[in-house]
Amino acid sequence: MLQLSIFLENAKGRLAEVLNILAELNVNIRALSLADTKDYGVLRIIVEDPETIAQELKKRDCIVKLTKVWTLKVPDRPGGLAETLNKLVMEDVIVEYMYAFVEKEKEQAQVVLRVRDNDLMQKAVAKHGLQ
Amino acid sequence: MNQEGLLEGLRKTVQQVLKAPYYQKKLAEAGIFYPADIKTIEDFRRIPLTQKEDLRQNYPFGLFAEPMDKIVRVHASSGTTGKPTVVGYTREDIKLWAKIVANGLKRIGVTTNDVIQVAYGYGLFTGGMGLHYGCERLGALVIPISGGNTHRQLMLMRDFGSTVLCCTPSYALYLADSMEEVGITKEDLKLRIGIFGAEPWTEKMRYEIENRLGIRAIDIYGLSEIMGPGVSMECLKCNGLHIDENFYPEVLDAEGNVLPEGEPGELVFTSLDKMGFPVLRYRTKDLTSLSYGTCECGHVGWTMQRVSARVDDMLIIRGVNVFPSQIEEAILSVSGVEPHYLIIVDRHDNLDTLEVLVELSADSFTDEIRELELLQANIEDKIEEVIGLSVKVRLVEPKSIPRSEGKAKRVEDRRKGKM
Repeated sequence: MLQLSIFLENAKGRLAEVLNILAELNVNIRALSLADTKDYGVLRIIVEDPETIAQELKKRDCIVKLTKVWTLKVPDRPGGLAETLNKLVMEDVIVEYMYAFVEKEKEQAQVVLRVRDNDLMQKAVAKHGLQ
Repeated sequence: MNQEGLLEGLRKTVQQVLKAPYYQKKLAEAGIFYPADIKTIEDFRRIPLTQKEDLRQNYPFGLFAEPMDKIVRVHASSGTTGKPTVVGYTREDIKLWAKIVANGLKRIGVTTNDVIQVAYGYGLFTGGMGLHYGCERLGALVIPISGGNTHRQLMLMRDFGSTVLCCTPSYALYLADSMEEVGITKEDLKLRIGIFGAEPWTEKMRYEIENRLGIRAIDIYGLSEIMGPGVSMECLKCNGLHIDENFYPEVLDAEGNVLPEGEPGELVFTSLDKMGFPVLRYRTKDLTSLSYGTCECGHVGWTMQRVSARVDDMLIIRGVNVFPSQIEEAILSVSGVEPHYLIIVDRHDNLDTLEVLVELSADSFTDEIRELELLQANIEDKIEEVIGLSVKVRLVEPKSIPRSEGKAKRVEDRRKGKM
């Protein structure tokens, strides 16, 4: 799956501006995370049709990148995420960052993962039947 | 030019400036009353320097050396501090200037077949009209579009088939940015040469402009007090700017001593054949070095290195001399950033702080904070290496630093009142 990563300057109202653009484009944000440093942030979002949205954002002078990420369903109960991650660790998958979906399926949560090595992740997903 | 020829030119200018009472008094104090008092180059070097302040004190026309009915045009430089400095030209001066510019254009292969878009401002600033008259003198087609109105510039550049562009180097980059916006590529244009000046720029900027516009970028130099653009100009070899034979250059150290060839210092000019507004040892405030010789292009005489900085641009940060151009070189040596930056000098708790805003380029943006931090640290290291001071770099979004349509604003000194 492709995630939209958007560079945000640390300026008052900048996040709201970008979100307003997304609203105008009628984009529904399905998952979101905001990584921040002292000077800038990176907004990471999962949306429908990320390629088109990326083009639209570029037209509006945003710095955007499409990043390959994985989504996994995890059981929505204590220890559910830990179990899933343990399986990935066994297969030497290194997680760069992770965040949760806004919406939940019944009894299941979904997480977005960015991993260092996508091939290893592919194998891990296949081996453990992760979805 | 031989020594005697030079001295003759210098004496001619002394004779001419002595028509102004201000100069009479100033030269008398140095023991020079007649042109004949200049017997050697050492005599000439006794002449006190002229600077902008002298022009201001004689505002507006006090230093004109010909009666007003002989003066056919004035130009003035912007008065960012106080009144503008005004210069006057006789009909002969205008002709001479046009010839000088035309010669420079010829040296870089501009011909009567070229279509020259002059995007320097027309008006009191010498850039627009200086280039304009030179182009006409050469016989090329001039588009006197003046500065600004970027989209129109690009449209006409494409539709009229402009082959030569004249503007500031920062505006050339701005045009390149805007081309992407309006969907014009360099292949849509016939542009082959750019003549850029009126602000200091670097080799890295030249590379950037040449690549993005698909042209050769040539440096032109001049200032209204001496004549205007064309006082010196590069040839296609780009090994420095050839100074026209009508101007005698010197490079001085901070104490006013004449420096030998190759040593950097402040550039000072004396005009040799200008009537309306002759200048004697005028301080340009530009830093460069000189060499004398013959170039492969055929030019014989003085060549100056491109102006690396202005004496006035020098920032003193924590007691260290820093030139914005040094910071620019450092930024441009790092890939992944745009050649747009803003230097912010401030003072906190009696300590100077240096922050540089640098625009991130869309291509180099990575989703991973670690990589961005690495890029930031990399730029900081490069700048610190050059200036020897710690610096804080802040990555900002493209186009968030204000673009100029004339001279670029690269420095914001917020220390005023905090001394």
